[in-house]
Amino acid sequence: MRATSASLSQRIDEALRHNRIRAGAKALIWLAALYPMAALSWKIILDPLALGANPAETILHVTGEWALRLLLLTLAITPLRRITMVGGLIRFRRLLGLSAFFYGVVHLGCYIAFDRFFVFTEITADIIKRPFITVGFAALVLMIPLAITSTRAAVMRLGGARWQDLHRLVYVVAILAVLHFWWLVKRDVTEPLIYAAILAVLLGYRIIARARKRSARGSDFPSAR
Amino acid sequence: MPRPIDVPRIAPSELTPPNVWLSRRSLIASAVALGSTGLIGGSAQAAQIIEPLKASTGFPSPSDPTSDKKLATTYNNYYEFGTSKSAPAMNAHRLTVRPWSVEIVGEVMKPRSIGIEELLAFPLEERIYRFRCVEAWSMVIPWIGFEFNKLAALVEPTSRAKFVRFTTVERPSEMPGLGSTVLDWPYTEALRIDEAMHPLTLVTLGMYGETLPNQNGAPIRIVVPWKYGYKSAKSIVKIEFLEKQPVSSWTKAAANEYGFYSNVNPNVDHPRWSQKRERLLPALFASRETEMFNGYGAQVASLYAGMDLKVNH
Repeated sequence: MRATSASLSQRIDEALRHNRIRAGAKALIWLAALYPMAALSWKIILDPLALGANPAETILHVTGEWALRLLLLTLAITPLRRITMVGGLIRFRRLLGLSAFFYGVVHLGCYIAFDRFFVFTEITADIIKRPFITVGFAALVLMIPLAITSTRAAVMRLGGARWQDLHRLVYVVAILAVLHFWWLVKRDVTEPLIYAAILAVLLGYRIIARARKRSARGSDFPSAR
Repeated sequence: MPRPIDVPRIAPSELTPPNVWLSRRSLIASAVALGSTGLIGGSAQAAQIIEPLKASTGFPSPSDPTSDKKLATTYNNYYEFGTSKSAPAMNAHRLTVRPWSVEIVGEVMKPRSIGIEELLAFPLEERIYRFRCVEAWSMVIPWIGFEFNKLAALVEPTSRAKFVRFTTVERPSEMPGLGSTVLDWPYTEALRIDEAMHPLTLVTLGMYGETLPNQNGAPIRIVVPWKYGYKSAKSIVKIEFLEKQPVSSWTKAAANEYGFYSNVNPNVDHPRWSQKRERLLPALFASRETEMFNGYGAQVASLYAGMDLKVNH
């Protein structure tokens, strides 16, 4: 079992080194990530009532939910790489992260247009007064530096360690995004709870992995202190 | 001396009217038919009792056109059938709305139970009201009913009656949402007596020219057009006249968000969202600026003279 699964992940990893296969896989992920937006746009243009009696609410909900899902998928890449031993998965992380940012931007844009009808005094009042909007807005603002520095050139410019430090902001973004959903719900928190649980697993994995690493180091070098 | 045996008289409301048992038979027949083709559960609407209702017209309409009936009957908040907006339209057909009677008790001279037939026999009137949900969307709905004060006159409230509480039916076998603890069941809502007796407060039995669909609160609900929608309790089984102000379901759930009065008020925000504007469904843009008392200020503002509506929200 172990041997076959190892060889399978090795084979996948090997395949992902081929430019064509990688490009194909990226294109597929890209299409999949854009599909919800395409489906939404299609309905808005052709048949808004297919989105229910309150199409604006549906659009806001769908874009927000996909921003959150893609964000969690982005955060799932590192644990998945370690568990499956398919290191090549890292090549899809930027695509997923940028898709999450894209949905976040559309989500904010819809709120500005549909909910607040471009009245900016009301929008700033919302951001200041309403915790769920404050945290949602903060999450998106914090994603901007991450999106800007997502290019290879930016990694080179910043240097690997500094780049990584900056991109740890994504943990804060994810926590704020889940809070945003949680605080928005009127009474039934089942859905936000599911996202919170997934995020807890993804962050918990990292905490445990780090603690293990530390204790492993500690036993190797007992005199290091 | 032996007391005369008190034979309980069966009110017409306790009898199942023929159209209902006939429709139940046809429902069973159609269920059997559907079952044989593997489509059971498909005839969801069949258990609803939708019948034409005669009503006088002429009550002044709002400036916006009446909302599409499909919107009003598929986008509902009725947590007893589930917390999503589409759940009530999917699940409410399970509610048995005949026979039905409403118990009217409390600080009244003549407490009594009143059957749905007797309620339907009141002279009915069509009232096209704006409907503003606390969630900042609105519709324009042609309700059918009669003024609550006419119902109150039957039971003669005493001078101690200061509030009126409405209780929604609680039937776990027919209402899947009752399994959830989102609210403390049964759903209750209340009005101050002068609000209840106001001519705009409507005992509502129908909409769009027909009896109420179950998801809209069949067979009898209250409609209070200058307040947020949740104040207008659905599928009412009990009306109590009370001396003390009761705590209603939403206030109990979150007092800072849902006050006793809940008058539509663009100047008092819900703690989590602005009430300044609303989306008149199905519009994408919330371009409509919310009016004080939902546009019924000329009629009801005097009820709140001298009150701080920020405190009494």
